[in-house]
Amino acid sequence: MLELRDLRKRLGQWSLRGLDLTLEPGEYFVLLGPSGVGKSVTLELIAGLRPPDHGQILWNGEDLTACPPEDRPFAIVYQDCALFPHLTVRRNIAYGPRVSGVAPGEVARRVASLAKLVRITDLLDRDVGSLSGGEEQRVALARALATQPELLLLDEPLSALDASIREYLRGELARLHTESSATFLHVTHAKEEARHLADRVGVMLEGRLVQVATPRELFREPTNVEVSEFLGLRNLLPLRCTEPGCGSVGGISLTGAALKPGRSHLWIRPEEVILSRDHPVESAADHPVESAANVLEGRLLGVEDADTLRRVHVTLGNEDLTLEVLLTDARFGALALSPGDRVYLSFGDAALHGL
Amino acid sequence: MAVAVRRSIGRQWWFHLVLAVLGSSVVLFVVAPLIGMVVATSLSDLSAAARDRVVLESIRVTLFAALWATLACTLVGVPLAYLLARKRFAGRSLLLAIIDLPIAIPHTVAGIALLTVIGRGSWLGQAFGGGLVGTQVGISVAMAFVSLPFLVNAAREGFEAVPIRLEKAARSLGASPRQVFFTVSVPLAWRGVVSGMSLMWARGISEFGAVIIIAYYPMTTPVLVYQRLNDYGLSYARSAALLLVVVCIAVFAFLRFLARPAAQQREDPDA
Repeated sequence: MLELRDLRKRLGQWSLRGLDLTLEPGEYFVLLGPSGVGKSVTLELIAGLRPPDHGQILWNGEDLTACPPEDRPFAIVYQDCALFPHLTVRRNIAYGPRVSGVAPGEVARRVASLAKLVRITDLLDRDVGSLSGGEEQRVALARALATQPELLLLDEPLSALDASIREYLRGELARLHTESSATFLHVTHAKEEARHLADRVGVMLEGRLVQVATPRELFREPTNVEVSEFLGLRNLLPLRCTEPGCGSVGGISLTGAALKPGRSHLWIRPEEVILSRDHPVESAADHPVESAANVLEGRLLGVEDADTLRRVHVTLGNEDLTLEVLLTDARFGALALSPGDRVYLSFGDAALHGL
Repeated sequence: MAVAVRRSIGRQWWFHLVLAVLGSSVVLFVVAPLIGMVVATSLSDLSAAARDRVVLESIRVTLFAALWATLACTLVGVPLAYLLARKRFAGRSLLLAIIDLPIAIPHTVAGIALLTVIGRGSWLGQAFGGGLVGTQVGISVAMAFVSLPFLVNAAREGFEAVPIRLEKAARSLGASPRQVFFTVSVPLAWRGVVSGMSLMWARGISEFGAVIIIAYYPMTTPVLVYQRLNDYGLSYARSAALLLVVVCIAVFAFLRFLARPAAQQREDPDA
């Protein structure tokens, strides 16, 4: 179990302002944040490659803050892999156990089994200069795992790769995590990696850990506006609310349990909004509307593809206010909409999240 | 569009021609005196020099004094180069300036300054039983003093070119700082170190000013050339000089040859 207590570090303009974090044994934790917020420095602090200005790093209750990197049961994998260019793939993987004095027979056994695990057995005698990006990353993973680390530190391990290889390796990382007993701490700016890999995600903004949650919680219920903006959530609107249960966004009155005084923003989840051609209460034709406490009239602005769904832009009332709604292809086709059409948006508590 | 592209290529072509003309004048400046010396020296003079025991002994003294100086300084200079490449500490800039000092001061002055440390009356001189003046060790010391910056600077640049992440990754994989130095830093910086060693050796061989102050005898070839020029004239000095040049070129061509294949291997085929 890794415990960070009030970890602080100043580096020029940037500073880590008191990081408190506990990783559960065997968990896959993703530290998510935009580039340049110091995620990599945080990893180097944990690895012991930089000294913190303040705070403690504990592993299973033991204080490792002053412990040199080679004596910590951790291994780091850098974005650029940092493979040793003067060694073959085999000797790169063998490096850790060799310098730690592991017997040659055991080193060879580990290299062989790891090469099999990350599927690079045929590359073992190659020069690292001749590898592709994906191959390099797999060698770097094998090299780190060869030291049998209890905590694997991954610094943007997929960011330098082509999209197709990235997705493949993302699956490989999940598999490696399942097959090894190590705790994984993965830093990235890519939301998809957090969504697919993490048991828990920590969002880091401006040197602070802002929210720790499961990916599902994080993407459903971000705790503050900065996190929501970083996650790129649509329909995040400034809220005016003076009494519980009702308020207004952009001059339009809404009701819902999420509307509470003190909340500054309202997030209307695009996938929870129902779009119809006719007023849902008047026609009651194509959807049950019991849960829809809010019905808004608007005009269709345009449509774009969002993966397998359609993202529909609807302008409301005073033209300044635009909402996005996600529809399935079939639903969108059935509505036979074109820009300029009058539409109704209806949604209830499930669509609303106050921040 | 095509015309514009062609015109710009044409302009580049002229530019490169100008560069080539200017550049070849530099090469000529270096090569012409050497060629002049080769042309002016008869083969019989050269072969006489090659059989002259005094000349051969001076070449031996020169090569080995410079070699010992280089090897000894490698032992202490490479760790210093590594520290300078990797650590940022107070006084580092001052240290860098101090390392470069021997390049800046006149070498006769360097010789006189050295006398105060290794001369007969000095503490170190007495420790060596009457000073290092007039000994081969003294010659090595003089050569080391003036040529050390070349070794330290080249080795430092060699270490600086090793990505620090490789060393960090090695530490994280369980290597101690000592293991990182010997298994990652040195294997990747060795070309810089070797280049620094050959530069230092070459610079040591060519040293005259500091050496003649410390030791007229045993005579190094640069001192011998000077003595013969004074005592017997130009042609007599020239054959000894040319012989040293031939020996040096052979030695350094061999060193370059040793360091070459790996250098070619390292080049990126895509670049």
